[in-house]
Amino acid sequence: MHRYLPHTEQDIAQMLEACQAKSLDDLYSDVPEQLKLKRPYQLPAEMSEKEVRDFFAAMRAKCTQLVCFGGAGYYDHYAPAVINALISRSEFLTAYTPYQPEISQGTLQYIFEYQSMMTSLTGLDVSNASMYDGATATAEAMLMCVAAARKKNRVLISATMNPAVADVVRTYARYHGVALEVIPEKNGVTSRAEFEEMMQAGDVAGVIVPAPNFFGIVEDYTGWADLCHKYKALFVMNCQASALAAIKTPGEWGADIAVGDAQSLGMPLNYGGPYLGYMCCTNALIRKMPGRIVGATKDKDGKRVFVLTLQAREQHIRREKATSNICSNQGLMALYVTIYMSLMGPEGLKQVNELSADGAHYMAHHLTETGAMHLLHPHEPYHNEFLMKLEKVTADQVLAATLAEGIFGGVKLADDLLLIAVTEMQSKADIDRYIDIIRKLTTE
Amino acid sequence: MNRELYGSLIFEHSCKGRRGFSLPRNPYKHVELPEKLRRSQPLDLPEVDEPTVVRHYTNSSNNNFGVDTGFYPLGSCTMKYNPKINDEMAADPVISRLHPLQPVSTTQGALEIYYTLQQALSEIGGMAEFTLNPFAGAHGELTGLMTIHAYHDSRSDWARTKVIVPDSAHGTNPASAAVCGYKIVEVKSLPDGTVDVDDLKSKLGPDIAAVMMTNPNTVGMFEKHIPEIAEAVHACGALMYYDGANLNPMLGVCRPGDMGFDVMHINLHKTFSTPHGGGGPGSGPIGVRKGLEQFLPNPRVVKLADGTFDVVCEDSALGRVSQWLGNFAVEIRALSYIMSLGSENLMMVGKLATLNANYIMQALRDLYLLPIEGPCKHEFVFDGLKDKSTGVTTLNVAKRLLDFGFHAPTIYFPLLFHESLMIEPTETETRETLDRFIAVMRQIAGEAASDPELVKSAPHLTPISHPDDTEAALHPLPTYRSLL
Amino acid sequence: MIKYLPSHEYVKVDGNIAYIGISPYAAAQLGNVVYVDMPEEGDDVVAGEDFGAIESVKAASDLFAPVSGAVIEANEHLIDNPRLINEDPLANWIIKVEMSNPAELDNLLDEEAYAALCASEKH
Repeated sequence: MHRYLPHTEQDIAQMLEACQAKSLDDLYSDVPEQLKLKRPYQLPAEMSEKEVRDFFAAMRAKCTQLVCFGGAGYYDHYAPAVINALISRSEFLTAYTPYQPEISQGTLQYIFEYQSMMTSLTGLDVSNASMYDGATATAEAMLMCVAAARKKNRVLISATMNPAVADVVRTYARYHGVALEVIPEKNGVTSRAEFEEMMQAGDVAGVIVPAPNFFGIVEDYTGWADLCHKYKALFVMNCQASALAAIKTPGEWGADIAVGDAQSLGMPLNYGGPYLGYMCCTNALIRKMPGRIVGATKDKDGKRVFVLTLQAREQHIRREKATSNICSNQGLMALYVTIYMSLMGPEGLKQVNELSADGAHYMAHHLTETGAMHLLHPHEPYHNEFLMKLEKVTADQVLAATLAEGIFGGVKLADDLLLIAVTEMQSKADIDRYIDIIRKLTTE
Repeated sequence: MNRELYGSLIFEHSCKGRRGFSLPRNPYKHVELPEKLRRSQPLDLPEVDEPTVVRHYTNSSNNNFGVDTGFYPLGSCTMKYNPKINDEMAADPVISRLHPLQPVSTTQGALEIYYTLQQALSEIGGMAEFTLNPFAGAHGELTGLMTIHAYHDSRSDWARTKVIVPDSAHGTNPASAAVCGYKIVEVKSLPDGTVDVDDLKSKLGPDIAAVMMTNPNTVGMFEKHIPEIAEAVHACGALMYYDGANLNPMLGVCRPGDMGFDVMHINLHKTFSTPHGGGGPGSGPIGVRKGLEQFLPNPRVVKLADGTFDVVCEDSALGRVSQWLGNFAVEIRALSYIMSLGSENLMMVGKLATLNANYIMQALRDLYLLPIEGPCKHEFVFDGLKDKSTGVTTLNVAKRLLDFGFHAPTIYFPLLFHESLMIEPTETETRETLDRFIAVMRQIAGEAASDPELVKSAPHLTPISHPDDTEAALHPLPTYRSLL
Repeated sequence: MIKYLPSHEYVKVDGNIAYIGISPYAAAQLGNVVYVDMPEEGDDVVAGEDFGAIESVKAASDLFAPVSGAVIEANEHLIDNPRLINEDPLANWIIKVEMSNPAELDNLLDEEAYAALCASEKH
């Protein structure tokens, strides 16, 4: 038998007897014969643990780790060693959703800490226990706007939103039947004039804007929340989590809902996942918020304890009337960011943001000096990511030349547009090397 | 698991000036954002040193119960053993640092992992093709329904606005259909727990987009009329959706594609052993039969003629449900599991899971009320204790189990019975564990008769006693700040 | 006069004013009420359509309007103390509505018919 399957021949025989069955197949007598699989799966035979390791080592050999200047929603931040050691504890790793609070205080407590940290980061009142990723959390925020508005069905989304996020939101809108409209971009930022016009046209349930936006620009949303509220629409901000330690928060802008991806809080890039979608909102919206929420209460002996609460909103009770179909959260990834934020504290996050933003400005400045490119929107403030307009070189040339030196040179948005991100993971020497490559490329 | 409550919050260990981070020196000139764009609120995070963080979470973990701690017979959740090699493979130092958008020439191994798992799931599900992009079971359901919606849309068949769901279905089924814009039509279950085929047929028509079914269903019974149902559903132009939450007992026996399903999801965190992580991350790949592949969500991984892999987006796709290729590290674990077992052992998984469930059912049915006869599959449902005179409820039994070092079964689901107690042992439990569980369940039934208060006031040996749920919902305290 | 919907909402009528709440039977079934989602003053409610929701710890259900009209008051006491509904559901109405079509009352169950309905649900 296999090491994961403990049954001996004798176990099977005796257990079948206890079940008054003659064979294992007897237990499937209710399955029509014509439906049964009459052959083994056409899959490889059992591999030993060493062979499994060898297989994945071969896959690793077909991948190259690069010095990463790519961003576009995924940021290569440093992951402290402590985190993996702690999230690998099987008491956390192999538990299910904390349905039984008496034996799940570990999970419930870190979710409570997570909620506390996320509300401070976003400046809003409440947080749920997390969602799948930033894109689906944004789509859920859109559904929340429509549900809260009851009869209004129009949601506006900025053209400066990460297009992959906007695509996910658009997919949900299409099938759910939400009229999702794009507020156009002007000079790298969301057009204020068009936003106002679209609001005046009426029936808007919610407005979704990014911070920083897809081009790395930190937009000025002065007055946006007021205008939304004037028309009884909700103001939703999609924010890069790490940057919130530095940029004006959704709470400070007057937003009703903050969503986004928390990957930037030190999570490994993991080729796209798992990450974590966060969602915070004002107290007024707590009962409209999808996902699980943990709250503090007391047990019979008066001890402070934590439980899943406000469950009446959820699918297992409300079925088709639930705010959302979400069932799980990203539990372990919530633990990940909770430990990350515990280690970093306010000072650590401040330093990460300074390293990233200062590095980005250093890099943008020196890349501009090469004469090969310049900032597409030189007058807009940016954080740790910037959009370069290429002149003497193409994006493909830059990407090929940097790749040859083990560098992922950025995300190509067009033949002459390159989006570059900087974090504490790229050293000044890496940046200087990149600049040298560009210099060589232009003098060749 | 520690029976003493640890209880303190990380915020309560904070001391101004302590630090737990280590960062490179900043060699750059400092640049500030304009003041109106800067954060001005203080950031209320704890200030703690590294050893304090490690002790805090280690102590807190000791108040948690996982599959590695003990038997976890949580019905419908398939809490099987989570192999450790899977975690090691998922933490690969190179693959775990790949950026999704870096050139595909540098991510061929990752794409091959995705493609290989996609192929393996297609073989196991009896489907033409899979996408691994959905993040969880409910997300898979939603994506599957969007696929069905896109299919009907492609035929300009706009009248199909409803989805049929059995009354025994998981709550996510109707919720997913509603998020996908469908109205719900419920079909009744017969006393034997299976779908009332006549009721279902009477509800079929040109307005039905799909029928969602779980097979075996949530009471652990195989829907034996599935060929007849599939035929009738297809004849009316609707599609069959398979909720893969209960796929485990079908491994090696019967494939959803062969049952007549058109679209299905699989919970990798159930059937394919990836850890539940206290609620996630999961993974909910969906598979489709031939003819529906073009509707699967973007982006997609394809194998080119030269044997290399690429990531593409198709116009015919339903759209995008994830930014990239789903919870990739979870996908690695599932592939590691499939390879570790291999074809011959995967063929045994379903049968052994079913054997374990039947073994418990037979051993307890004299004391617990079994509302549905016949061999169950991977799980079964008791309608509470047989002797109702003691006033001991399913909730009491569940809580008393905690005192004996077992996780509780799923309770009060499915909604078909008042006192549902749903037990799913999985195939990775030894007979000795099952025997011990049976003995404890019998003891609790005895206690219910001899000393009902002992059971009603349980648990007695856990780190906390019963929490006040009502107070938590009346006056929500969801953050540390709200406690101050 | 008091009348009921089969979904357990009652309407108490005083002239053209209707007081809408949930029946003692429904309140007992639901258990401890923790939240009532109510419309605002000035909102319109339509007979047979939902106007809000009521939640206990383990259950939630939509509230349906027995009659149509404009909301003239939502019971603010329920915001801080939703358990008033458990204490006396008839005294603690949820919304007060100015009826736009009192003829709708004829479609509702009288006390006797409603009592029979509750008796049948218990089995």
